[in-house]
Amino acid sequence: MINWKVILGIAKTHMVTKMKSTVTASLGVTFGIGAYITLVSFMTGLNTLLDDLILNQTPHIHLYNEIEPSAKQPISFVDNFEDAFNIVHSIKPKQSQTKIHNALPILSYLRKDETVRGATPQVRTQIFYLSGSIELGGSLTGIDVMEEVRLSNLQDYIVKGTPEALRNYDSGILLGAGVAKKMSLDVGDRVQISTAKGDVFPLKIVGIYQSGIAEVDNVQSFANVKTVQRILGEAENYITDINVKLFDMNLAVPMAKQLSRQFKIKATDIKEANAQFETGTTIRNLITYSVSVTLLIVAGFGIYNILNMLIYEKMKDIAILKATGFSGRDVQLIFMSQAVLIGAIGGVSGLLIGLGLSRVIDNVAFETEALPTITTYPVNYNPWFYIIGITFALISTFVAGYLPSNKARKIDPVRIIRGT
Amino acid sequence: MGLVLKAEKINKHFKKPVLFHVLRDIGFEVEIGEFVTIMGKSGSGKSTLLYILSTMDTDYDGKLYLNNELVTGKPAQELSRIRNKNIGFVFQFHYLLSEFSVLENVMLPAKKLDEKSHEEIEHDAIQKLTMLNIGHLAKKRASRISGGEKQRVAIARALINNPSILMGDEPTGNLDSYNSENVFQIFKQLKEEQGLSLLVVTHDLDFAKRTDRIIEMEDGQIINGAYKTEKQIQMS
Repeated sequence: MINWKVILGIAKTHMVTKMKSTVTASLGVTFGIGAYITLVSFMTGLNTLLDDLILNQTPHIHLYNEIEPSAKQPISFVDNFEDAFNIVHSIKPKQSQTKIHNALPILSYLRKDETVRGATPQVRTQIFYLSGSIELGGSLTGIDVMEEVRLSNLQDYIVKGTPEALRNYDSGILLGAGVAKKMSLDVGDRVQISTAKGDVFPLKIVGIYQSGIAEVDNVQSFANVKTVQRILGEAENYITDINVKLFDMNLAVPMAKQLSRQFKIKATDIKEANAQFETGTTIRNLITYSVSVTLLIVAGFGIYNILNMLIYEKMKDIAILKATGFSGRDVQLIFMSQAVLIGAIGGVSGLLIGLGLSRVIDNVAFETEALPTITTYPVNYNPWFYIIGITFALISTFVAGYLPSNKARKIDPVRIIRGT
Repeated sequence: MGLVLKAEKINKHFKKPVLFHVLRDIGFEVEIGEFVTIMGKSGSGKSTLLYILSTMDTDYDGKLYLNNELVTGKPAQELSRIRNKNIGFVFQFHYLLSEFSVLENVMLPAKKLDEKSHEEIEHDAIQKLTMLNIGHLAKKRASRISGGEKQRVAIARALINNPSILMGDEPTGNLDSYNSENVFQIFKQLKEEQGLSLLVVTHDLDFAKRTDRIIEMEDGQIINGAYKTEKQIQMS
């Protein structure tokens, strides 16, 4: 039978009369948890930002038709030279079409797959931007704009105008920021483009695209798939690339292999394209967690110390409590509840301080060319961090309180009272 | 008359620093409503015996009965409860919880027992304090009162759960003669008015002489007064 009211009453009196120690111990926890929350929110915010930078712009699987020489040259088909040492000079790429053969059936096949979040067609072509007599080389990609918004956050990189405007306007173009600057063009203006064959088309600028990478922004523009097909004079099944996003990124590698075999097509997966990026994320997470855990352990030692001292100070009180009928367990609970109360108070104020600091960081200006839509430092307000924080505060104070309080439980009142 | 306390063949050894036989075949009885003192030289084992009787020290051989119930060998949790309910204890050095008020100190064992409501306990505590003429100190911090007052508060605390027996380890050892007399009168009054049993270890012969019976100890043995004499039985 545990009489919590009495135990908590005694714990409270101890804590109130030893306000300084209580506050010091709580502050240790507060700073530990506060620093943990701030650090983890900020670091994971940055991580997510950096990951997104790469992940959003890179499809999980990229399907295209590569122009390459045949792996088996004609000479190998002739049995007569089978045992000979053959040298083939000036090999040419195999004559084939740039479009994906059977693109539409592949697309509908992919869209039916339950592991696929989306598959988007693209038509890529080389063009010239015309400004008077000046021709600027460039690249125009026909896209399904709303699908791109859903799957690769295209809207984050449209610095002027909206993706909807492109969808609604057939002869619209999302012009690269570098091109727009060079040609002094803005949203609402018209730009003439010319295909490799020499046909000239006027397109209306409905938005400005800025990826943050100057080399891309100086050449790349986007238009609707149909518009580009029309410019090229090609049919609706003319599709040069298919980008696939999966629900689970880890399936990309086997799926790319399977698609490549199934459709006799070139398929690259995201791991192949960005091998180094995952290493960076892992290491940043590792640093965040090791620093946070260190902080919390230091706070735990602070509590351990203060409780230990408190118990030495309260030796006589413990003896009296035991002599008047409090059991060892009651005494242990008195000190344990002090530790856990310190953990709870320190932990909650730590969460609040962490939240406050996160808010401050969230409002610090952070402007970079590479990320046109970001104006302040990124912060991740994941509620899980707060749950982990308070849980760790309670667990660490529990452990830190357990050892000294266990000592208090075992104190022999007779020895204290008799002074031996 | 029934027995409140009975010891049978209690033996205790100290193992450190060397093996030492502190108590040898101790056997005695205390009747309900009796005021008994234990006397003896330093090192005769009287305090050691008292702490065994108080159930705080469980490292002994023999049998101990409280209210005709064997307490030897019970688990610590239960001994705490027996101590809480049946034994009041007064130490040589008052030993109050200095951070709590006088009233809270007195109320604490009753709160632990948890048999009465908070209001009843508070009422009882104030009544005990008033009985000991220190009702006016109730709201003071325990660290802010004089030595004699502290000892009276300790007595009030020992009485709060209406114990079967009140034990004292030299309760007057640290007090001047005026306060010693005061404490003696309180004990006597408790015995006479409320029929409380008392067992007190003391060095003070004047104190001991005025009690019902003296148990004399020497070298870990009782040499005199373990049981009531014929004369004492007739008198009571």
